[in-house]
Amino acid sequence: MTRVVLTLLGLILAGPALAGTEMLCQVPEGLVQADFAMPRVAAALAAKRLEVAVIGSASSALVSPGGAGKSYPSRLETALVADLPGVAVRVSTYAKPRQSAAEMQREIAGILATQKPALVVWQTGTADAIRGVDPDEFRTALEEGVDALQAGGADIILMNMQFSPRTESMIALSSYADVMRFVAMQHSVNLFDRFAVMKHWNEAGVFDLNAATKKLDMAEQVHDCFGRLLSRLVVEGAALTRQGEKAND
Amino acid sequence: MPYRRRTLSTMDEPMPPAPTERDLRLDLFRGVALWLIFLDHIPSNVVSWITLRNYGFSDATEIFVFISGYTAAFVYGATMQERGFVVASARILRRAWQVYVAHIFLFTIYMAEIAYVSASFENPLYAEEMGVFEFLRQPDVTLVQALLLKFKPANMDVLPLYIALLAAFPPYVWLVLRAPTVALFVTVAVYAAAWQFELNLPAYPSGHWVFNPLAWQLLFAFGAWCALGGMTRIGPFTRSPWVVGLAALYLAISFAIVLTWYVPPWTRYVPKWLAEWMYPIDKTNLDVLRVAHFLALAVLTVRFVPPDWPALRSRWMRPAVICGQHSLEVFCLGVFLAFAAHFVMAEISDGIAMQVFVSLLGVMLMIAVAALMSWYKQIEGRHAGSGAKRSPDPAGSST
Repeated sequence: MTRVVLTLLGLILAGPALAGTEMLCQVPEGLVQADFAMPRVAAALAAKRLEVAVIGSASSALVSPGGAGKSYPSRLETALVADLPGVAVRVSTYAKPRQSAAEMQREIAGILATQKPALVVWQTGTADAIRGVDPDEFRTALEEGVDALQAGGADIILMNMQFSPRTESMIALSSYADVMRFVAMQHSVNLFDRFAVMKHWNEAGVFDLNAATKKLDMAEQVHDCFGRLLSRLVVEGAALTRQGEKAND
Repeated sequence: MPYRRRTLSTMDEPMPPAPTERDLRLDLFRGVALWLIFLDHIPSNVVSWITLRNYGFSDATEIFVFISGYTAAFVYGATMQERGFVVASARILRRAWQVYVAHIFLFTIYMAEIAYVSASFENPLYAEEMGVFEFLRQPDVTLVQALLLKFKPANMDVLPLYIALLAAFPPYVWLVLRAPTVALFVTVAVYAAAWQFELNLPAYPSGHWVFNPLAWQLLFAFGAWCALGGMTRIGPFTRSPWVVGLAALYLAISFAIVLTWYVPPWTRYVPKWLAEWMYPIDKTNLDVLRVAHFLALAVLTVRFVPPDWPALRSRWMRPAVICGQHSLEVFCLGVFLAFAAHFVMAEISDGIAMQVFVSLLGVMLMIAVAALMSWYKQIEGRHAGSGAKRSPDPAGSST
C-alpha cells in the first residue's frame, strides 16, 4: 500500500518535471526536422543495434567533473535509448578543442575503421571561424569528409555553431554557416541548426545565454536539449526512409 | 544613333568631358549605404531586416565601394588633369594614409572592448568561443599583424579594402584619363584573373582577406570610369527600356531567391540545377551575381532618380546627404557604434525595444557627427579665404 502511494506520488511529482524538460527544449515547427532520409540508421534499427559517432571540437564536450555524462553526445545516447526501445545504442565522441574541419576530416578514415558507425554527427565551424580559415578550404574539407563518411556507410548530421551573443560581434560566423547549409543541401545530408535553435531559446527567454557564470547548470540543460532534439531528428530521418521505401514498393 | 557611334570610339579618343557639378545622388545613396552597413554590423538586430542584403544578392558594401570610386575619381581626376600625376598621386596616398590611421584607431577601440569581455565574461557553455580571445595572449604578434593589415577582426574589413584600393589608384586614374577603354579592360582582366587563379592577399592567423581587393577593385574602378566620362558614354544604353526591363526582372528573381533563404520550406522551389550553378554566392570575391545585382540597382536608380530631382535638396534628404559627404568619418563612427550597440545589448538587454533604440540612436549620432563635420568645413573654409597658402584638399571629406 505504501509502495503504491509512493509510486503515485512519484508520478504526480515527476509528471510536471518531465513536461517541464520537454517544454524547455521546444523549438518552432520546422526548425529541427529531417529533410533527408537516413537509410543506414533505418537498417541499423532493423538490426536492433545503432552505432553513433560524434566528431567535433570543444563545444561537443563540457569540461567539468562528470561533464562527459552531461554533454550532448551522452544525452543523445540516453535520449535514443528512450526513443528506440529494444535497440542497443552506443554513442562515441571524438571531440578535440580547436580542431578545424580539415583536421577532423583527416580523422574520419580512422573512425570509420575502428567503429563502423551508422550515423556520424559532425559538429564544426566555430574553430574555423576563429582561426579565419578560408571558407573555400572549409567547404572542401566538409565535402571531402561527407563523401568519405557516405562512402564508408554512415548517415550524417552536420551540426553548425553555437549562438553566442557575447562573442557574436567578434567571430564572423555567417560565411561558415552558409557553407554548412550549402554542403548539407548538395549532399542530401541533414543539418542540425544549432545556431538557430539557441538563438530561438535566447529570444524566447528559455535560456539567458548572455549570463556570465561559472556554474554548469545552464550548460548542462542546453546540452540535454541538444541530445533530445538530435534524437528526435534521428528517429524522423529513419522514419523518412521507411516512407520512401513504401512509396517505392 | 549617338550611342552606337560612341561605342565605336577608339582607345585613343579622349573621354567626353565629365560633369563638373557635384551629383547629390551619390552623397544621398552613400549616406544611406553607411546607415545600412551600420545596421548590418549590429548582430541579432531586428532593424537590419530593412537592409538591402535581405532583398537581393548585393548589399550596401557594393554601393559604398562604387560611389567611393566614383567620387575619388571625380576629385583626383580633376587634380591630375590640372596639376599632374605627381600632385594627384600624393593626395591620393595621403588619403590612403588617413584611412589607415582611422582603421588603427578603430582597431584600438575593438581591442579595448574584446579585452574587457575576455576579462569579465565566463560561461562553461562557451569554452570554445572563448578561443577568440586567444590572440590577446601574444600582443607582440597580433599588433604587428594588425599594423600590416593582415589581422583584421570581424566587421573591420572594409577600411583595409579601401586603403588597398586607394594605394593602387593613381596609375588607374592616369590610365582612365588617357585610354578609358583600355582601363576598363584592365580592371575586368584583374577581376577575372583573381577568380581564375584564386588570387587574394594573405591574412593572419590564416586564410585571406575577407574582401578580396583584386576582385572588389572592379566596382571601385568601374565607379572611377563612370565618373571620368564613362557615364556619358553608357548613359543612353542604361536608359533603354530593354535594359531597364531586364534590370527589374533580375532584381525580382534575385528577391525571390533570397526569400527562400529565410523561408526554408520554399527552398524546394529553386530548381536544383540553378542552385548548383548559383551557390555559394561568394562575397569575398565579389560574385558575378552580386555585381549584376548592383548594376541592376544602379540602372533603375539612374532611370528613376534624375540628378536634378528637387527632393535631393530638401531637408528630408539632408541627413543622408551630409552623411554621404563625410563618408570616412561617418563610416568609422558606424563601426564603433556597432561595437558599442552590441556591448550595450549584451550588458543591459537584447530585447527588440533595445535593438530599435540603439539602431535609431546610432543613425542619429551619425547624422549629428556629419553635421558637425560640415560645420567645421564651413568655418575652416571661411578662414582659408584670408590664409595665404592653404590649399584646400577637395577630397579631404568627400572621398
